[in-house]
Amino acid sequence: MAQRLPAVDAVTIGVGLTGALAAFEMVQAGLKVVGLERGAPRETVPNFQSPAIHDELRFSIRKAMMQDNVKVAVTFRNNSDQTALPIRRWESFLPGQGLGGSFVHWNGQSFRAQVADFVLRTHLIRRYGQKFLDACGPELTIQDWGVTYDELEPHYDRFEYLCGVSGKAGNIKGQIQPGGNPLEAPRSREYPNPPMKEPYFGAIFRKGAESLGYHPYPQPSSNLSRPYTNPLGVKLEQCVFCGFCERYACEHYAKASPQTILLPVLLKNPNYELRTSCEVLRINLDSTGKKATGVTYVDGAGREFEQPAEIVFITAFPLNNVRTLLLSGIGKPYDPRTGEGVVGRNYSYQTTAGPTVFMDESININPFMSSGAPGTMIDDFSGDNFDHANLGFIGGQYVGSIMTGARPIEFHPTPPGTPPWGLEWKRAVARHYNHTILIQQHGTSMSSRLNYLDLDPTYKDAWGQPLLRMTFDFPENDIRMSQYIADKVVEIGRAMGGKIVVRGGTKRPYTTTVYQSTHNCGGAVMGDDPKTSAVNRYMQCWDVPNVFSLGGSAFPQNITYNYTITIGALTYWALDAIKTKYLKSPGPLVQA
Amino acid sequence: MTEVSRRAFIKGTGAIGAAMLPAGEAIEPANAKLPATAMPAATPSICAAAAPSTTYVFFNSEEAAFIEAAVARLIPADEEWPGALEACAPNYIDKQLAGAWGAGERLYRSGPWQPGTPSQGYQLPFTPAELFRTALAAIDKELVQTPFAKMSPADQDSYLKKLEAGGYDLGGVPSDVFFAHLWESTLEGFFSDPVYGGNCNMVSWRMIGFPGAYASYYDLIDKHGIKLDRAPMSLAEDAHGHVHPNPGIPARSP
Repeated sequence: MAQRLPAVDAVTIGVGLTGALAAFEMVQAGLKVVGLERGAPRETVPNFQSPAIHDELRFSIRKAMMQDNVKVAVTFRNNSDQTALPIRRWESFLPGQGLGGSFVHWNGQSFRAQVADFVLRTHLIRRYGQKFLDACGPELTIQDWGVTYDELEPHYDRFEYLCGVSGKAGNIKGQIQPGGNPLEAPRSREYPNPPMKEPYFGAIFRKGAESLGYHPYPQPSSNLSRPYTNPLGVKLEQCVFCGFCERYACEHYAKASPQTILLPVLLKNPNYELRTSCEVLRINLDSTGKKATGVTYVDGAGREFEQPAEIVFITAFPLNNVRTLLLSGIGKPYDPRTGEGVVGRNYSYQTTAGPTVFMDESININPFMSSGAPGTMIDDFSGDNFDHANLGFIGGQYVGSIMTGARPIEFHPTPPGTPPWGLEWKRAVARHYNHTILIQQHGTSMSSRLNYLDLDPTYKDAWGQPLLRMTFDFPENDIRMSQYIADKVVEIGRAMGGKIVVRGGTKRPYTTTVYQSTHNCGGAVMGDDPKTSAVNRYMQCWDVPNVFSLGGSAFPQNITYNYTITIGALTYWALDAIKTKYLKSPGPLVQA
Repeated sequence: MTEVSRRAFIKGTGAIGAAMLPAGEAIEPANAKLPATAMPAATPSICAAAAPSTTYVFFNSEEAAFIEAAVARLIPADEEWPGALEACAPNYIDKQLAGAWGAGERLYRSGPWQPGTPSQGYQLPFTPAELFRTALAAIDKELVQTPFAKMSPADQDSYLKKLEAGGYDLGGVPSDVFFAHLWESTLEGFFSDPVYGGNCNMVSWRMIGFPGAYASYYDLIDKHGIKLDRAPMSLAEDAHGHVHPNPGIPARSP
């Protein structure tokens, strides 16, 4: 029998990026907030300290910071004719666990989306016509977000200043800025900090890309280029390029994370209470099914509690947001046979995989000197930055050299034709380790009626609840896009002076056995129409208006870029509406 | 390239054992960073073809003989650099299988069990420890006439390729699945930090020029193309205070 706790104003399910932001804004508004985090508490000191934090085996290979999949996994199949089986080891994507969530082990790659991304369907039909779009794939279910770039711009700005993003503006209020990305969406002002130093691989990429007429720019980074005090008065330090960022926490206070930008202030607020090792089982609804009364959770000792709350924020990893809605019976589950239902609909992913450029032995790349976002990029093939009229696909990818360290269990490139093991393999590793550049293609993944999330009928978690079931393969559209850009990038690799350039590009079937991206998104998407979205433009559940599902689960399809900064902007956008409208008059912020 | 020359490593066990210890520490197995019996004092020398012995806590002697012989073919020694055997990969694999990883750490282990597609990944009920034990027992049985360790290197390579190609069963473990586990753990034992009992003397890091757990390149990152000419540092060394982040950018609460 669950013990009933005293009521609070709001509860967050998860304390990562969106959970910390939501709690912070709500306590500022005078609400009493409880943060429920399923993982452990952890702080820069003592938990993230050197030398233990620089352990490739523990963090990169054994994935010490990731969701405990012994207890809760995800089942997977490529299509609905197959039987989904558990992903028994994380490889393709890595949801974080513990205080700060995935926003601790992220790389800090800090892009905004493009203007067209938020009105994708409208934009594409206007530019190319409905017929063109249908030809790209009749199964595609791309749609507009219900919010525009212009509406989000102030929230992007606010979130970038919270993180201390280091970069060079390319477009300030329509004025193109030298040194920045001329193809970016207009921003209201310069980044809070200048770009990071450019590593050698970036300089070589820049030269190659420039020689072909592209527009290289420094990757915006939440690994800071200089010491910085954010608007909350929290101090961050300068990144030292240690090469242990992706899948690691930062020991230096140099990467934006809840611990370095928000928690020092939030945790001191008497209206906030953090509870760790608490697994939320479900959101409870009243007898009408239209109002949440709070959540039921189990603590680390196995004791069950009911925490009543006026507002419930689902602030978990996107996949877990969707699972929480499904387990709680909030919103109609998506049915792929009829196309009806919204929860689980429009799950999408990210197309990655770029070429490998083998350089001459005289060129020391020193790829171990790096940060999580050290790239030099081009946006010439991003989103709809190039004319698709004769290409037969939609979407695009950024291209850049972003080597986030060169830890050798993961990174030991050998050219094609090298045996997979043995003496020749060893000699090739020794020859190429310090003389190889990786280029990243990273881009859109379109939503499809064939790809969705629901509850698995067979497999359970440690508490006896169904696992989330993922049915996914890349739409053919995404493969055509990725393969088209792969050819272009081979040309860049050659222009960089590559002796051997191994072509990249995404292929089908999607596999869970190779790391690709942790930008899983959709499944509880935002929009203007309750028939095709689970949440409205403020990420408020259509059916249960005192539940907000914040984060990447709201993306109707995936954008070109790493999604964290856009998640931050969307969350600020929603919280602003909650503060200024909802708290004064609780109820639907948009009439269905 | 390195401060401890390659030749010195390959030549003498005792010499390296002493060289790697901080000044003032007794050269006793209990204090050595390498496995307790890795370098018995009685062994006068080591060459690229002979591995230091390991105290095995998981493998029995037959299993250990296979693992030692197999890793020596997967990543062989040559005149320039030691291989996985000399890098103590068998010791690494042994300790991993004896511990949490071997017991199924970070492996979702609920049934029902059924074969999946390649894109669904590993779907066997075996923990890594069970998988190695099961497959090694089947190999031992199959090679009763000439155990793997007694084969010529060419025959060993052929046998490993047969495992790698898959298509036959090792007591319920498909041979390619076993090979993949063997290869991954050999790679880990070769490249992971020495604190885990492999990569002895950081030989693999010296070979490729990876500087290890060293923490700061702020002043070097824009010196493009330089050759970093110093010995690598392991997590273990830091216990003696050898890893210094840039003092201008301290790891402290600002």
